[in-house]
Amino acid sequence: MVMPATLSRNAQLIVRAQDIQGRSLWVDARRRLLKNRAAVASMIILAVIALLAVFAPWLSPYAYDTQDYSVISCSPAWWPDPNVMCNAGGAHWFGTDSIGRDIFVRTLYGARVSLAVGFVATFVSLLIGIAYGATAGFIGGKLDELMMRVVDVLYSLPFIFFVIILMVVFNRNFLLLFVAIGAVEWLTMARIVRGQTLSIKQKEFIEAARASGAGTFDIIRRHIIPNVMGPVIVYVTLTIPAVILAESFLSFLGLGIQEPLTSWGVLISEGANQMETAPWMLIFPALFMSVTLFCLNFIGDGLRDALDPKDR
Amino acid sequence: MLSYVTRRIVGAIPTMLIIITLAFFMMRIAPGGPFDSNHRLPPEIQHNIEAAYNLDKPVYQQFLMYLDRLMHGDFGPSYKNKDFTVTQLIEDGLPVSARLGLSAITLAILLGTALGVIAALNHNRPSDYGVMAIAMFGITIPTFVTAPLLTLIFGVYGITLFGFDLSLPVGGWNGGAMKNMILPVTVLALPQIAIISRLVRGSMIEVLNSNYVRTARAKGLPSHIVVVRHALRAAILPLVSYLGPAIAGLVTGSLIVEQIFGLPGIGRYFVQGALDRDYTLVMGVVIFYAMIILLLNLAADILYRILDPRVRFD
Repeated sequence: MVMPATLSRNAQLIVRAQDIQGRSLWVDARRRLLKNRAAVASMIILAVIALLAVFAPWLSPYAYDTQDYSVISCSPAWWPDPNVMCNAGGAHWFGTDSIGRDIFVRTLYGARVSLAVGFVATFVSLLIGIAYGATAGFIGGKLDELMMRVVDVLYSLPFIFFVIILMVVFNRNFLLLFVAIGAVEWLTMARIVRGQTLSIKQKEFIEAARASGAGTFDIIRRHIIPNVMGPVIVYVTLTIPAVILAESFLSFLGLGIQEPLTSWGVLISEGANQMETAPWMLIFPALFMSVTLFCLNFIGDGLRDALDPKDR
Repeated sequence: MLSYVTRRIVGAIPTMLIIITLAFFMMRIAPGGPFDSNHRLPPEIQHNIEAAYNLDKPVYQQFLMYLDRLMHGDFGPSYKNKDFTVTQLIEDGLPVSARLGLSAITLAILLGTALGVIAALNHNRPSDYGVMAIAMFGITIPTFVTAPLLTLIFGVYGITLFGFDLSLPVGGWNGGAMKNMILPVTVLALPQIAIISRLVRGSMIEVLNSNYVRTARAKGLPSHIVVVRHALRAAILPLVSYLGPAIAGLVTGSLIVEQIFGLPGIGRYFVQGALDRDYTLVMGVVIFYAMIILLLNLAADILYRILDPRVRFD
């Protein structure tokens, strides 16, 4: 910036200071995260898998639920081959299952369900956990004690069993699956948020906000929640794989997603039953799922290091 | 000490009650009773069956009767396995599940601690990275992927190494023969080995940098004595407090493992019961498992307090 000569030296310094871009916590964290090669690679791979899942219907000539009895249990093939019965009508990149459905397109549809469950259920747990934890931590006293006691009791319940009962009782309702898993995962979130809130509410800027007349709700919304986001984001990235696992676990036991829709858990379960004759039915979904879980874990670790560098 | 244990047990009672109540009423919300079948029974007979299982009484009365039965250690009759009570089924499966679980946790603790110590002693060297990479695998890849994959490798394809036939049976209990146990126990223990080795590595690194370990080394004690007697003792404390969650993890893992390997344990009854809508069986197993988890959690906490004199019983 060109300094007008008329300005005093002090004013010039102020103008110059305004030119310097401050580096916020988030800018710093992003730089650190982008330096973490494992995390960046994971983000790219995960993005590719997500894009494949989103565009699944346009990526394959086959529909996920079309049964074709001329191509039962075909092994994977890259190119169509008119001399081979399996590939006469077109190649099945990942092979087919025992009723002639294309595994490639089913794996991608499984990714849709698994990723959707992962993100939606995590979001549910995030909302509940933040609201609950921030309220308990900020208001404190008797209410805090009571609310955390409830969390303690819920913690000691073997929750996966209750999700299983829920799925039995309500006949594998898709929406309920989201809610049930989300409702299980909010406990740790609430604890983290409460702990952070407790330490933040002692800080001077909260006192300043209070002194300038801000209400409790506004303080929680404007000052507390933005400041607890760091640890929360880290925990979110670690919750998503846990949720994907929980859904797959249920589906594997036959209690999750119903046919013809599918998820990685269902595919792996079908693959496990057929692995002597058609190992590709097991290997491809298992590979996709493992890679996704790896990526999410690496991103979570990377975020933790980026947002909280003292823990490295 | 005694008062602490009493207080913890008393504290566990409301938790158990909540579990029982939740399980009971969730089952009652279920549309249709267990004896509604496709071919409609004559009303008198339907009524008689329901009366035999006390299903004609008001719900709160049924609940009290169920509680009363539980107090006597009776989970009621199984709805689908005719002529069997839930208690009988649990007694049937318990030896298998218990042996599986105990072997897995023993293996996990021994191997996990060993790997963790090795990694810590070679902090930031190749063997450390190696152990941590294995741990990452163990934590990330779920049981229901490792189980079929290992079965495929060792069971279906079979492996011969240096003339030894390493193929293993893919399923069945066979009276608990060693060969049949290897795969299920390995699969069950893998995630726990991974978590334990991470845990031990972390605390071991911290302890190895502490002053008293340096003092012990400065006194000229041989390295293995410093590691085993001084460092390891302190470093395995976090492991003790992890035992509670580990056991819960083993219980859920055993659902999958028993299903895949076709082992006649409690987990398989539970899954089968859930698929068959055998409500009493599902409820009985949930309550039984919850009790085990609570008790073992308590045992782990007590052990922790015995081992660490800094934690007082209050």
